[in-house]
Amino acid sequence: MFVSAAAKQTPLYPEHLKLHARMVPFGGWDMPVQYEGILSEYEHTRRAVAIFDTCHMGEFIVEGDGAQSGLEHLVTSFLTDMPLKACRYTLMLNVNGGVIDDLIVYRIEKEKWMIVVNAANIDKDAGHIAGHLTENSSFLNISQETGKLDVQGPLSRDVLSRWISGIEKLNYYEFGYFKVLGENVVISRTGYTGELGFEIYFPWEKMPTLWQKLLDDKRVKPAGLGARDVLRAEMCYSLYGQDIDDNILPLEAGLDKFINFDKDFIGRDALLKQKEAGLRRKMIYFIGENRRSPRHNHRIYSLHSKEIGVVTTGTFSPGLNRGIGMGLISTGSAAKGEKIFFGDDKNKISAEVTGRPFYKSGSLKN
Amino acid sequence: MEVVKDYLYTKEHEWIDIEGTTATIGITEYAQSALGDVTFVELPKIDTEVEQFEQLASVESVKAASDIFSPMSGKVIEVNKALESDPPLLNKSCYEEGWIAKIAISDIEEKSNLMTAAEYRKFLEGLEE
Repeated sequence: MFVSAAAKQTPLYPEHLKLHARMVPFGGWDMPVQYEGILSEYEHTRRAVAIFDTCHMGEFIVEGDGAQSGLEHLVTSFLTDMPLKACRYTLMLNVNGGVIDDLIVYRIEKEKWMIVVNAANIDKDAGHIAGHLTENSSFLNISQETGKLDVQGPLSRDVLSRWISGIEKLNYYEFGYFKVLGENVVISRTGYTGELGFEIYFPWEKMPTLWQKLLDDKRVKPAGLGARDVLRAEMCYSLYGQDIDDNILPLEAGLDKFINFDKDFIGRDALLKQKEAGLRRKMIYFIGENRRSPRHNHRIYSLHSKEIGVVTTGTFSPGLNRGIGMGLISTGSAAKGEKIFFGDDKNKISAEVTGRPFYKSGSLKN
Repeated sequence: MEVVKDYLYTKEHEWIDIEGTTATIGITEYAQSALGDVTFVELPKIDTEVEQFEQLASVESVKAASDIFSPMSGKVIEVNKALESDPPLLNKSCYEEGWIAKIAISDIEEKSNLMTAAEYRKFLEGLEE
């Protein structure tokens, strides 16, 4: 899709080539999909510790009072009640209630915020945020000079605490400033895998040194976007562009708990109206009867073979040894515990609608 | 990229090993590498009649599903049941233990539509450019 346009490279691009990674276009970037193989990288993240190049993601700095700057009005969660050095996952909606992006807000100071956004949405988000902030604020897009590396897995804390002092004190969804290779940088206890993990923000041009320092510990292996997608799918984390987008309401996508109707935000009226009228579709989570896996854009059928929706995320789950999927179906057409089918005109595979997440034994909150 | 000398090949990266009137079919090193970790193999049913270059089986990897086409026409006489319980066998040994099916060939002349090992190697070099 992005092949014709010049795909951007992260500062770790040469490292990926050295490791013979298979590179693919993703969100306008040339990214490693796998090094050794998706399954072995998946296993290593669940059992030990893996590092992921996430330099492609976007970072913004907003300075100003949460309410007066207009920042609070841009997202669906309260920000002003956040303690300092807390992270919060939230959503930015358009006036129709569709999702412009899902993001994490870091409260750096009382009136200073870092916002971390999806790579493919950087320009769209920057335009939207800057366009809605008041004169009592400032907006800075620091994506180009900010590198990011995710360290994920049950051993991540052991590995990092060897040479980053104080990191063991970070709680889930907290961040702090740490001395890393001579730099004073932000590290948060966040991630996209369901395992204990950290995200390190580091100067763009110095990323290869950080990468190498981590790989010097023999317990650490690199993992690509392929493993990352399987890990997040097992946790039922939404992927922007598949499970959520400008035309999908967060209430349809199962993200209700990130919407706070007690505050005002762009898209609130549309959501309330939709809620009252009844939602057209609903996200379901399902497990296939065998290793055969649902795929993005597969159809979903009722027990009586009536088409009821579409698969938004589908993959093989190594943790369950089954195909797993998420999909949007017409409201009321299938409930938890019921059988559905996924597939296409040629093949229809039986599955059961379940709860989330699929994978329940992660080290996330250890 | 490994290519076996005496096999014949298709542009879709299947191989066929002809022995008299029967033949063994599988996918090449290039195909298994492109697919990545194989998670599921749908084998054809015994006695299925297949046409040359039409679907014989399908293979799923973590990220994708791919149809496997029969290099020649014939009737399926044996399938590799080991792939049902151990799909990664296809990655580990695509030219031997990871074979997919055996067929009774119905028209040996169809051989001329396939590539020799040397031709297939050239074809692969073309893909890499």
